[in-house]
Amino acid sequence: MRISCPHCGERDRREFYYRGAAVDLERPAPDAGEAAWDDFVYLRDNPAGVTRELWYHEGGCGAWIVVTRDTVTHDMLGSELASEVSA
Amino acid sequence: MRFSGLRVFREGLTGNKGWTPHWRDPEPKAEYDIVIIGGGGHGLSTAYYLAKEHGLTNVAVLEKGYIGGGNVGRNTTIVRANYFLPGNSEFYSHSLRLWEGLEEDLNYNVMHSQRGIINLFHSDGQRDAAARRGNMMISQGDDAILLDRDGLRAMVPYLNFDDLRFPLYGGLYHPRGGTARHDAVAWGYARGADQRGVDLIQNCEVTGIDIENGAVRGVQTTRGPIRAKKVAMVAAGRSGQVAAMAGMRLPVESHVLQAFVTEGLKPCIDQVITFGMGHFYISQSDKGGLVFGGDLDFYASYAARGNLPTVENVMEAGMALMPMIGKARVLRSWGGIMDMTPDGSPIIDHTGITGLYLNCGWNYGGFKAVPGSGNVFAHLIATGDYHENATGFRLDRFRSGQGIIDEEGTGSQHNLH
Repeated sequence: MRISCPHCGERDRREFYYRGAAVDLERPAPDAGEAAWDDFVYLRDNPAGVTRELWYHEGGCGAWIVVTRDTVTHDMLGSELASEVSA
Repeated sequence: MRFSGLRVFREGLTGNKGWTPHWRDPEPKAEYDIVIIGGGGHGLSTAYYLAKEHGLTNVAVLEKGYIGGGNVGRNTTIVRANYFLPGNSEFYSHSLRLWEGLEEDLNYNVMHSQRGIINLFHSDGQRDAAARRGNMMISQGDDAILLDRDGLRAMVPYLNFDDLRFPLYGGLYHPRGGTARHDAVAWGYARGADQRGVDLIQNCEVTGIDIENGAVRGVQTTRGPIRAKKVAMVAAGRSGQVAAMAGMRLPVESHVLQAFVTEGLKPCIDQVITFGMGHFYISQSDKGGLVFGGDLDFYASYAARGNLPTVENVMEAGMALMPMIGKARVLRSWGGIMDMTPDGSPIIDHTGITGLYLNCGWNYGGFKAVPGSGNVFAHLIATGDYHENATGFRLDRFRSGQGIIDEEGTGSQHNLH
């Protein structure tokens, strides 16, 4: 499996750390309440198909990347810098 | 049909013509008291114990593929009760006791082999942790023996004792642990449930769950609608999709875990050996193949196959621990879909929808739990109350923060357990 880094191009999966579903881009406010935090920390859509995830280019440029990927076929469908997505 | 030594002998002399199919292949009825979604190990054992212990036989198990084709056929067959935390400890102890009577109970040879499990340790700190875990196992009523380096060497002399990074200090030995034949477990429970009147419906995928006024009414399937008073979701790695049909979002992320088997060899590995530092574990099947596995691939996946970095990592860990296996040729590898929870422990609970029950989140430890899980889940479905050995597997523990069972202490990220 190879992942496209917007800075470095297509690189081996070994260079990247997987964080999880890209929920970190929409972190709730500290006082958002129990349901919002349960949703953010624990609950997942967990789709069989296209999903958006956060990966960290640990062995490369150090960027956090939002990867769009198919969990059934492992196809890579797109990647963008997390800093630009959340900005 | 009952199995016995005499029967095997007689069939052997008469051309094995008297064996009959182990279960029927019924058409789904229009209505059941209880519908179980998922004909894997846990779903089948749930059906078996509903019939056997609660007299509930108007039950259907709906399986989208075939019996034995899911995770119950994609594991490393290890059976153990070496858990530490309250909640897990009594449950796995209960499950191991059921394993010990299983073959007689089912009249079926599941090849349960209590060959023992050795968890290796590599430092003084890890020895202390192993001693503490062993004491917990003994106090829960199971067995544990702390092996020092010489004791370990006497049992498994072929390990690499003087690895520079992870020298072997000893091991925690759990004699009642072992393995079982995974397919036979599925078949034995399927046969036992069928004999008591449960309908096993294969090639029947659930496509919708009917809910009216907060209560479950039945399911839609590829073989037509089926009404039910109670519906149990036991879909392992696919739990997220099944629960979504009921409008639920679960604390689960599905990951791929790979395992491997070599060509058949003469007996050489007598126990199950786990090398936690490499997340490598190995046993030898009765057929002679070395069965081993490693860590997750660490990304969400439903592909039931993994990628090469993990393969490489597992092989390296194996070679670091027992260089002798380098000559064995790997025959096959496979991947299972693991429903990973945020604390590494399962969920067996009500759902908030009347009559709808949930059993999921087995991470990569589901096989050993097959008897216990079905037993306590059947109790929950039949009585509405938690079984005394499964009071901790609550769905709401994440939302409330009360009763999190994080055995490895690795936090809330799903793939780190």
